[in-house]
Order: sequence, then structure tokens, then C-alpha cells
Amino acid sequence: MVKYILKRIGLAIITIFTVLTITFFLMNMVPGGPFMSEKAISQEAQAALEAKYGMDKPLIQQYFTYLGDALHGDLGMSLKQRGRSVTSIITSRFPVSAKVGGISILVSLLIGIPLGCFAALHRGKAIDSIISVIATCGIAVPSFVICTLLLYFFGVNLKLLPTFGLTSWKHYIMPVISLSFYPTAYIMRLMRSSMLDVLGQDYMRTAKAKGLSQFVSLFKHALRNALLPVITYVGPMMAYTLVGSFVVEKIFTIPGLGGEFIKSITSRDYTVIMGTTIFLATLMIVLNMVVDIIYKIVDPRIKLS
Amino acid sequence: MRKKVSFLLATTMLVSTLAFTGCGKSEKTGSDNATSAPEQTTEQATQAPAENPDATTAPATETAGGKQLTVQVGPNPETIDPALNSAVDGGNMILHAFECLLTVDKDNNIAPGQAESWETSEDKLTYTFHLRDGLKWSDGSPLTANDFVYSWKRVCDPTVAAPYAETVLSMVKGYDEAIKGNLDALAVSAPDDKTFVVELSNFCPYFESLAAFATLSPVNQKAIEADTDGWATKPETYICNGPFKITEWVPSSHIIMTKNENYWNKDAIKLGSIKWLLMEDGNAAYSAYKTGEALMIKTVPTEEIPSLTGTPDFFIDQILGTYYISLNCQKEPFTNPLVRKALSMAVDRDYVANTLMQGTYSPATNFIGPGWADPAGGSFYDKANGGQPYLSATADVEGAKKVLEEAGYPNGEGLPTITYTTNPEGYHKVVAEYLQQAWAEIGVTLDVNIVEWASFTPMRRSGDFEIARNGWVGDYNDTSNMFDVLYSTNGNNDGKYTSAAFDAAMDAARTEKDPAKRSEDLHAAEDALMEEAGCIPLAYYSDFWLQSPKITGAWHSPYGYWFFMYADVTE
Repeated sequence: MVKYILKRIGLAIITIFTVLTITFFLMNMVPGGPFMSEKAISQEAQAALEAKYGMDKPLIQQYFTYLGDALHGDLGMSLKQRGRSVTSIITSRFPVSAKVGGISILVSLLIGIPLGCFAALHRGKAIDSIISVIATCGIAVPSFVICTLLLYFFGVNLKLLPTFGLTSWKHYIMPVISLSFYPTAYIMRLMRSSMLDVLGQDYMRTAKAKGLSQFVSLFKHALRNALLPVITYVGPMMAYTLVGSFVVEKIFTIPGLGGEFIKSITSRDYTVIMGTTIFLATLMIVLNMVVDIIYKIVDPRIKLS
Repeated sequence: MRKKVSFLLATTMLVSTLAFTGCGKSEKTGSDNATSAPEQTTEQATQAPAENPDATTAPATETAGGKQLTVQVGPNPETIDPALNSAVDGGNMILHAFECLLTVDKDNNIAPGQAESWETSEDKLTYTFHLRDGLKWSDGSPLTANDFVYSWKRVCDPTVAAPYAETVLSMVKGYDEAIKGNLDALAVSAPDDKTFVVELSNFCPYFESLAAFATLSPVNQKAIEADTDGWATKPETYICNGPFKITEWVPSSHIIMTKNENYWNKDAIKLGSIKWLLMEDGNAAYSAYKTGEALMIKTVPTEEIPSLTGTPDFFIDQILGTYYISLNCQKEPFTNPLVRKALSMAVDRDYVANTLMQGTYSPATNFIGPGWADPAGGSFYDKANGGQPYLSATADVEGAKKVLEEAGYPNGEGLPTITYTTNPEGYHKVVAEYLQQAWAEIGVTLDVNIVEWASFTPMRRSGDFEIARNGWVGDYNDTSNMFDVLYSTNGNNDGKYTSAAFDAAMDAARTEKDPAKRSEDLHAAEDALMEEAGCIPLAYYSDFWLQSPKITGAWHSPYGYWFFMYADVTE
């Protein structure tokens, strides 16, 4: 296990380095720059700004400077949000996204898994069809539609829930529903189909034949095996959800990292693009590793190598 | 291992059950609240007719420090450092936190600010400002003329790289040296603590407007030297001198400003605090207004405009700016003024402004719209072209065809397919589609090229286009600010329009000290521009917003700023 983790960490470093390199050069290939605006600034000001942020140097030199700084944990200053460091942007915004995202992940797991199992156990009955319809809707309807509908009904029309900010538990309801809608539906479907698959296996029949109670056979044998595909999905889903959604954050005015990630790209805030990309990549890799370890715990037959 | 697995599964089960009971519980509390909430709304609804959005507007929150006004005037400002800001979003914040030597009053006139009085020398090259007694920073320390000397020099500092340095200081003696790093060369001085003197290298008829321009706000040297990069990002180091000071800033969420007790005119301030919601999404802002969480919003969703037009809380106010089309005057066939003219004549500006733009902008029949001051007094617009509009508000298709024929392209024959480049935001896309249709009528085939904003700007600047959307909003009320954009060597002249007549008129206006003659020069410049169709004006910009009648004493300036410092909220 230790050997495995060390190997994975080594791979992770290579992956992050590759992501960093590709992002750096791709980003500089896209036309436009952070100091471009509707009103042209004087050439002196443009030159001074570029000199201040080292952008007057050749690209390859900029790359190595960035790499050196990043290795020392210095992600630089934002080029657009003057006076804020990339690290301070990430550390102030990620907790906000992670809190909303974390609750959403819990909600989607706690609703998706039981409902998926339930549907599988009642296969072909009315309740199964109802759950399937809900799941299909959840996958098909984009989050901005859900956000807008919630905002319109519960915020504006019924005035039951506050429309922006995150100051009380009530503020979390609409963003959490919007964020967890898709993953819940997806987990439900995944859970249903993998549960059906497992229920048809020989060992389930054996369990029944040897007189195990339905409860034991379901929870001890079926659920454990049926969970594997869900765990695979949950790893990357967690990374995306924790980092925050641009749409949900924009509509509910949540100062999270998701909005920052997209905005940095449209405004060509190079240092923020790099910082948030590296952060997301790291999070993704760590969570995937965690998923692999959980795999091993759930199904000891799996060999980590 | 088996034990471990069972434990894991048991926990999952336990958590699931807990969660379900938890859900049940929260549902219960939710419905408890739900029963009380409708009561509140009905109570509010009975107070005023439900149709009126203000009916449900909550009163201004009464906090310990007085009333709080909640408004939305734009997204999170990128910077609120006066020297670094170049956007309206940041400008609105700086305007409430800082005060320049002079200010702009409710009627858009220059008024005393930190300076109580000022005078100019006979050659109009030296300005002397006399500061008020007992001026203080928001931290209580005294503010002197030396603070202005420091702040103005800082704007020139190449390590600060202020985007507006050239606009606001290039006429000051020593600017050329100062911008290269020798800050002391800038001819600004403080003979004593209450006197600030500026020497100009050449005459500038609108210098008073610049003395009221946010870039030249005084900034606190001590605060900046303690944290050069970050001073303007934290409330505790953001020392200011205006009517309000920042007490909280959660980026992309809100900024709270509270009354500055050290401001000289603090007795005129009625609000205890202002909460600026930093929203980007129109629907989010509109919901906040509808629920009464905000009393004023700037980001109104365009699809709501037809239903809002005519309601008492929907405002449209023209600003000093024009939406126009740049033609690449270096490329065939736009090198021919007749082609440009024909294209301009075929456009129905009335339809563009009143139908496509839903009446939020108004049709532009001149380059300079109403609201701009004439150097000789009165309105520049009223005196332009002998009081007649240069262009027709409606399309003149027959006339346009004739001009196109004269240019050598009868019915558009011989003209290549033309590409119109624009970014997709706002009305730009519908305007592009309209132009395609309008120009087809005179035989011109138009391709529309939609480019993402950050790529569009450099593309347009480098002249990599045939026809492109463009626009300009004035920084100060002097028409040279607009015309400069089309001067042959100006960095913002995207179409590279070059005209001897226009440049000569602008050169003459730059040095002319007699207001009447200067007015003639500027009108001559517009005559030349419109005659040669150096650009195609489409509409005059406006700001449109929703504001509850509960807000009193606030105003909107033609530069696109809102003034809430002297506002009040009535119940």
C-alpha cells in the first residue's frame, strides 16, 4: 500500500507538471492579454505593466521563472485584481465553494444511493418508473434552468428563501439543490443499474439459497459490490463540485472559486488561470487516489499496482 | 478486513438513516418558517398593491450607525486604487470613498471639493488650489497639500503603471520626464499645507474637470508605503478622504461603506452605510430588487425592459458616449469615403435604437450627442451643423444606392463580401444581424464574425478587421475627448481613419485659447468627420436602471456614475 501511494504521488507530480506546462503555453497562444481594454492605455503604461509582471521577457524565460516560483509555493499576483495574490484568492474562495459543494455531494450521495437501490429492488413497478423519470430529468435539465426556476419561485414569487449570499442556513438551500441535482440523478441511475446487475449474480442466489436474510444479503453482499461504479464516478465529481460551479455561483452571488476560474480565462488573468488550474488538477489527482484506496477497502480482491 | 467492511457499511447505513430523519427535520423547520413567512408577505402586500415591485421592498436596514442603503451598480471591481482604476465599477466606489480637489455636482457643474477655492494665472497655465481648513484622512490624521503632491506624482510612476496617467496629466509641465521615472520633474508643488499649485506646459480648457477626475484623488502615502501592492484590497489599510470609508469587502459578494466621520461635510450625509452588492447576473440583480433586498439595481435583464418601460421606477438617462461602427480606412473598399457614406446612409438608426435596443439608447444622427458642452457655452449638439442633424434617423436606401453607384459600385456590383466583427455581448449580435439585412438592400453582402471579448479588443486594435463594432464613453465633458479617438495617430483610432481636414481642425482646437474660436475648430472637425464618414454613428449610450422611489437625494451623472453620498431612504 505504501509503495503504491508513493508511486501514485510520483505520477501525480508528473501529471501536474504536464498540466502546468500545457496550460502555460496554450494560454499564451490565445489572442488578447490582461492589459487590453476598450480604451487603449498609453504605450508607456503598457510597457510599464508588462515590465512589472515580467511579461516583457521571452515566453520560455517567463515559463521557467513561473516554474521556479511555483516550486517555492509562490503563485504570483493576479494581473487583473490588482494587489491580490493568487494564493490569497484561492484560500479565500475555495472554502466557500467547498462548503456549498461538500453539502451538495453529501446530499447527492444520501439521496442518490438509497433511491437507486430502492428502484432496483422494485424493478418494473410504478415507483421504479417514477424514479427513472426523475433521474432522466435531472440529467437532462441544465443547472442554469434549475437555478433560475428556483430563484423565480422560491426567491421572487413565494419569497421563502433569500436570493443571494450565504449568511444563514436558508441561503444554502437553493444553491445546494441546484448543485446536487445532476449528480443525484446520475448516482441514482448508476446505482440502479449496477444494483440490478449484482442482484442477478450467482452469489446472490447462493446467499438466498443458504437462507441469509434479505437485509444481510442486500447490505453485505449486494450494496458493497454495486457501490463500485458509484465510487468511480464520485472521485472526479467531488473535485468539480468542491471547486464550485460558475453558473450557480453567478446566479446566487456566491463568492466561490468556480466563478474565479472561468473569469480568469475570459479576462486573461494569466497567473490566476495557472493557479486555479494547478489547484484543480491537484485536487482531482488526490481525490482519484482516495477513490482507489476506498476501492481496495470495499473490494479487497482489487490489487493496487 | 471483513470487520472493516461491515463497519463501513454500517456507517453508511447509519448516516443514510440519520440523513433521512435529518431531512425530515429540516423539512419540518422549513415548513415552520414557511408558515410565518407568508404571513409576513401578506402583511407587506396589504400595505401597497402587489403589482408595484416596491410594495414588497423591505425598508432600509436600521443599523447602529444609521440607515443602510443596499444597491447594485456592477460586478466586483478589479481595483479600487484611484491611480490604477480604469473602469466604471471601480470608479463608483472611488467616488464615494475619495474626494478630489474639485467635484462634479448634481447639475454636472464643477464644484469645490477638498479645495475651497482656486484661481488660474492670466496665461491660464498655472492653477492654484486653496484647501479647506482642517481636512482629515479617514483615520483622523491631517490631510495637506503635500498629500496631493505625492498622489499626483504617484500617477506618473512607471512602477505604478496608471492607465489614465496620460489622459489626466500629460498637459502638466514635466510630465514627459516624470512618466519615465523622474517623478520630481512633475510641476506640482505645495508652497504651504493648504496651497497646491500646478503648472501646465500647454493650455488645457478642461483642466478643472481633470482636477475632479477620480484618478487624481489624494491617496495616503503612509498606507501605501506600508503595503504597496495590497493597500487597496483591505478595509483597514484603505485610508480615504471622501464621504464614506470601506468597512467590509468580500470580493464578488459585497462592499460595505460606512459614513466617514472625518469628512469635512459629514453633516450633509444622512445614510449610516451603503451596501454595494457585487452581482454580475441580471436575473440575480432583478430578483434582489423584486424581493426588496436591493433598492436600486443597474444590471437589468434586457428581456425585462419591455415590461418595465413606463413604470415609475425604471430610469433611462443618456450618458456622454456613442455606439458607432469603425470602418477599416486602410483597406479597400473602405478607403473610398463614398462607400463609407453609402453604408452609413442605408442604416435606420431609429429602428436600431428604438426597436432593437428597446429605446434604452437613442438614435445617433451626429457623432457628438446631446449633453456635451460647447466651449463657447451651451450645448455642442445644438450648434452642430447649423443646428441640423448630420445624418438621417431613418434609412435612405435610394440615396445610399446613388452614392454607391457614384463610388463605382452600382447596386453593390464589384464589392467583395464584407465581414463585420463584433463581440457577442449586449445588443451587439442583433445589431450585426440587422446590418446584414439593411446593407443587403443596397447590394452589399455582409458576413458576421462573432469573436469573444478578450480576443475582439486586440483584433480591432491591430486593424485585423473590415468593419467592427465600436464605442466610446467620455471621461470629461469636452468634445475633444470623443474626437481624439479618431485622430490619425491616436492609439484608440481602430479604423485608422486619417483625414487632413479633421486633423488640422483638431490641432487648431488643441492650442486655441479663445473659447469661441475653439468651438469653431471642434465643429469643423465634426463637419469633416461626418462628411467623410470616418465612422458610422448608430446610437447614443444611456444607462438604464431600476430605483425605488424610497431613495431620495441620489443622482446619476452623464459619465455613468451614481452618487449616493447625499442620499436618504424614506420609509
